[in-house]
Amino acid sequence: MASSTVSGPEDRAALARSRAAAQGRIRWELLSQLIRKDLKVKYQGSAIGFAWSLANPLIQMAIYYVIFTKVMGIAVPDYAVYLMAGLLPFTCFSQAVTGASGSVVGSAGLVKKVRFPRLVLPLSAVGFSVVQFVLQLFLLLVVVLVTTPTKFGLHTLLILPAFALLIVFATALGVLVSALNVRWRDTSHFVEIAMLVWFWANPILYAAGLVKEKLDPHGLFWTYFLNPMATVVSTFQRAVYGTPYYTDAEGVRRLVLASPGYTFYLRNLLIGFVISGLLLLAARAVFNRLEADFAEDL
Amino acid sequence: MATKGAASPPRPVITATGVSKRYVTHGRKATALKERFVQSAKGQGGIATEFWALKDVDVVVGEGETVGLIGPNGAGKSTLLKILAGILRPTSGVVHVEGRIASLLELGAGFNAELTGRENVYLNAALLGLSKKEVDHLFASILEFSEQGPRIDDPVKHYSSGEYVKLAFAIAVHVDPDILLVDEVLAVGDEAFARKCLAKISEFQHAGKTILFVTHALDLVEQLCTRGIVVDHGVVQYDGDPAFAVGTLRKILGTDRPADAPNEPEAIGGMVVVDAVASTRRGGAATDRVRPGRTLHVRVQVDVQPGEGLIEGELQVVVMGAGDIPVLVLRTVEGGHVPAVPGRYTVDLQLPEMPPLVGAFILGVSVLDPESGRPISARRFDQAFWVLDGPRGALLHLPTTATVRS
Repeated sequence: MASSTVSGPEDRAALARSRAAAQGRIRWELLSQLIRKDLKVKYQGSAIGFAWSLANPLIQMAIYYVIFTKVMGIAVPDYAVYLMAGLLPFTCFSQAVTGASGSVVGSAGLVKKVRFPRLVLPLSAVGFSVVQFVLQLFLLLVVVLVTTPTKFGLHTLLILPAFALLIVFATALGVLVSALNVRWRDTSHFVEIAMLVWFWANPILYAAGLVKEKLDPHGLFWTYFLNPMATVVSTFQRAVYGTPYYTDAEGVRRLVLASPGYTFYLRNLLIGFVISGLLLLAARAVFNRLEADFAEDL
Repeated sequence: MATKGAASPPRPVITATGVSKRYVTHGRKATALKERFVQSAKGQGGIATEFWALKDVDVVVGEGETVGLIGPNGAGKSTLLKILAGILRPTSGVVHVEGRIASLLELGAGFNAELTGRENVYLNAALLGLSKKEVDHLFASILEFSEQGPRIDDPVKHYSSGEYVKLAFAIAVHVDPDILLVDEVLAVGDEAFARKCLAKISEFQHAGKTILFVTHALDLVEQLCTRGIVVDHGVVQYDGDPAFAVGTLRKILGTDRPADAPNEPEAIGGMVVVDAVASTRRGGAATDRVRPGRTLHVRVQVDVQPGEGLIEGELQVVVMGAGDIPVLVLRTVEGGHVPAVPGRYTVDLQLPEMPPLVGAFILGVSVLDPESGRPISARRFDQAFWVLDGPRGALLHLPTTATVRS
């Protein structure tokens, strides 16, 4: 152990300081352990384990696919891919924020007894959700690559900034609600309902192009992207789905995606990062403030 | 402070300055928003009741000290411990900690019930700042200390409370903490394990680690600690020698005398002991500490009330140590007894040279019938004075020699 190599009092003092710092810092190792713990707790004792994390989005996709293409007759080509490209990141987001909202309250035992940076709790909840998302996204990309390799191209690289924005935004909101939920337990209930509503504020089931048609005449399409998740979802769609246009039942050529180009997405990503960044700063401040009373409010 | 021989004061590892902690009870703890709305509608929402658990506490703990934090229930000692541990943040004031802190608060160290003992070991150690590699090295000895054997791979929800604590303690002492915080957990394990824990704690002391205890086991404080801090009503009432600290707390608790010993003056034959003061000067003010070799003066006030069968009384002062063991007796001699004439008398007794005693002492004052030795009146004065000389552990401290031969 480290202490065996230490001799003088100055060394000891320095070691003590570094250890105190290590205990107060958010370390990757600790985060990954917490995420692995969550995965283990969630999937242990189940026969197919991690595969369950795929079941939920697959079932959702199957239902939406049947209803929207067969029943409602939506004409978006490769609707299943379009759907998944938006559904997966939003599910990740909603699961991350919902999970984070209960993360501190759910770890009352730890919070009341161990000195550690509490911020790792919402962070690990977000991480837990992101890990599952990465796996789902990987499988989606494999499926798309096998079925329609033409969808791949330079635009696929948009996955990276969209993914980054997803993480930053989910983290910001997750940190905020995790702290608020300690003082006001209604928060987690509110978050659950908010996610149901929020789902429809993103172009997941419907084509982003339709929103553009409605809002562009008023010059208000940009307001739709004040919601960073709309940017995340539409950018993922641009990256994975690719096909910008479709022809509807009346033979009119219409936009599926928000925009066929790239700069549109880059601009929205920038807006999204600014909003998420500010929210993250605010969330940290709120978390720090409320953190003082965590151990007694639980 | 009674630190052992070190010329320079030990390096402070915990420095708390002006620490206060306010608890705000939101009405009936309105954690649900609706309740808050309802309360503010009724005009109660704003009136959150405040409660100061700690008020402007300064504590500096040096490296290698073993500090006992004691106090009555609800005095704020656990709050203080949690603030020092970084678990609670003070409302005002600053806490600075140098070193790895392992805490054993209440039951268990925050295990996840679904995870196995092994997984909890890794998780807990990670929370305490250890890497997986470090835990790999330590795991075998944690397992051995915790006495869990193959049960280490069972989910901890199946553990008994004793097993829980054993594992928690095993982790806390094996992560090589610089500071160990213990809150009333040693009582949970069986006696064999409790002994093992105490052995580990003294091993820690020898290794120069810092230990902070919160406990109601006052004997343990006297036995183990190098320093005692008495907290009451959120304020540090005493900070220093553990024997003094325990004495101070017993005074606060009112347990400094046996439950069956009434403190009311008993007067059988019209003689009442009114007061007794121990001092280092004749007729001086009451002193706390008497150094060995100094003269001890005891001034006793006796009221003699008119009545039938009044006789001369012999005044006897018994100096009693811990456990009410009589150590010394001072008494009036023939011709100097309290006369059988009504009035208020002041009796001065001296012990020319205080022997090298250690601890807190009680005065048992009684008036006896000089002929028969039958008590006429008696009264005890608790915590009359302290004598401090040399290490604790015995009543008498005398120089000793020892030789070792092979």
